[in-house]
Amino acid sequence: MTIRLGVPSKGRLMEKTFDWFGARGLTLRKRGNDREYAGVVEGIDGVELALLSAGEIPRELAAGRLHLGVTGSDLVREKVAGWDLRLRELAQMGFGGADLVIAVPQGWVDVDTLDDLDAVAAAFRRDHGFRLRIATKYHRLTREFLREHGVADYQLVDSQGATEGVVRNETAEAISDITSTGETLRANGLKILSDGMIHSSQATLFRSSTAEWSEAHRATLDALEDKLGL
Amino acid sequence: MMPGPMGPEARAEAARLSAIFEGLGAQPVDTSILQPADVLLDLYGEDIRARAYVTADPLRGEMMLRPDFTVPVVRAHMDEGGDPARYSYAGEVFRRQETDPARPIEFLQVGFEIFGGEPAQADAEVFATISGALEGLELRPATGDIGILMAAVRGLKTSEARKGALLRHVWRPRRFRALLDRYGARTPLPAHKKALLAAADPFEGAGPALGLRSRREVEARLATLRAEADTRPLSEEEMALVDMILDLRETAPNVLSALRDIAVDMPAIGDAVTGLTRRLDAMSARGIDVDALPFEGSFGRTTLEYYDGFVFGFQSPTRADLPPVATGGRYDALTRHLGRGRAVPAVGGVIRPELAVQIREGRA
Repeated sequence: MTIRLGVPSKGRLMEKTFDWFGARGLTLRKRGNDREYAGVVEGIDGVELALLSAGEIPRELAAGRLHLGVTGSDLVREKVAGWDLRLRELAQMGFGGADLVIAVPQGWVDVDTLDDLDAVAAAFRRDHGFRLRIATKYHRLTREFLREHGVADYQLVDSQGATEGVVRNETAEAISDITSTGETLRANGLKILSDGMIHSSQATLFRSSTAEWSEAHRATLDALEDKLGL
Repeated sequence: MMPGPMGPEARAEAARLSAIFEGLGAQPVDTSILQPADVLLDLYGEDIRARAYVTADPLRGEMMLRPDFTVPVVRAHMDEGGDPARYSYAGEVFRRQETDPARPIEFLQVGFEIFGGEPAQADAEVFATISGALEGLELRPATGDIGILMAAVRGLKTSEARKGALLRHVWRPRRFRALLDRYGARTPLPAHKKALLAAADPFEGAGPALGLRSRREVEARLATLRAEADTRPLSEEEMALVDMILDLRETAPNVLSALRDIAVDMPAIGDAVTGLTRRLDAMSARGIDVDALPFEGSFGRTTLEYYDGFVFGFQSPTRADLPPVATGGRYDALTRHLGRGRAVPAVGGVIRPELAVQIREGRA
């Protein structure tokens, strides 16, 4: 019985993933030409490689169609409700690091913490007649974080890309977005709240708890974990 | 097999409860399952999206599958209701479950609401009616009164800004506590604020003004922060009184005597304590054993943020794993909000019939 391993299908995330497995004696590579989304794993028997968009891997793991998968820990937390019941972290891989943070305009000199954001949200709603808009594509993580910290009178507006630009365009007052160095945020006139770190993400090898795990699957996983030093 | 949340047993129980409420003169209200999302979002904030199903209509915009009946019933009353008025309703509500797959996403609710009338009498009538309808299940009641905490906050010897901030977070205990500790100087002013208030030009090197929130609004907040820094800390005595109210957990008569003591030092809660006295008298007159009735100063603070007076719940002591069978309370501020300035005192309670069935079967 083969176990299915899903890894990102392109870009640096794919290359770094290949390197990570390579350093542990397993060669991952795409099969045939570059357009194909099937791959091979050399150095162990019984592991099948599937190349997928990093954003699809959480869903495939949760549904049990992948046994193992490499994706960002932020994507798993955002896309899989009750993720810790359905997936388990096998290894944090030490690359693909990015922080999900709340950022506001640098001109808001009065705002440094969530406490300030909450106070500003109350005044903003009173002055403008609608709730302060926070643009994000990480709705669940942002909402849970703000609820836990008792921030009220805001609304989330969806932004699937170029989120740093929404404040300048006046379609939101603040953002909740991924950043690795904060450079893009600063260049767009934004600053990160000092207690506004929602999740520190990195590429992570996950194991699905919902996939079929027969004796044979488990034996293959044991062999793989030995190889990977887990 | 366990009776389901929508099964025939639950529906029969819902019919039985509705008949009780209608027998007391409640007028049945029928409300749509699809409710406009904007009203619910305005009221509950973004959190409601985690709990309610959102869908979209091409002409009406975002709609929600009703997460409860309170808003539609209040709106129906505001449009055409008399005073006082009694309403009953029964039907399914829908709740998204993001963490626990064992919780139902669709279940029945049966409710009884009174609009207008003398508040203590109406509170007692709703409590006694719900209690009576669930007789035999040997549920444990819990009660509280958010109005007492709100009166205490309004009576603090401090700025209106601080009172407003505390009142806004009465339903978020963690932030309420953080604010209270800051206003009482139990936690120091953060370094960022100290530096900001000491700066000759707070905008120095701040970068451009971006977005809808104007420089004028930032300046207004700076003025608020300066005024706040100049406001004297709440006294130890007042802090201790608020803590005493939050920590109350005793039988109603003992709580009442404790509150009377607190009211000597904090006269602002006098009216709310008189209201509690009247309510307990009215409950007693309706046969409720108030001497044994539990009361908690913090009860009801973590539920949806609209109860602003009497709050109650009924839970099975033998089935602590189940949610409360019934909950309710007074929500005068909600009617003011939805009535656009027109307010009607309102109190109500809601029962989950499938839980009543489960407990009754467990006892048989």
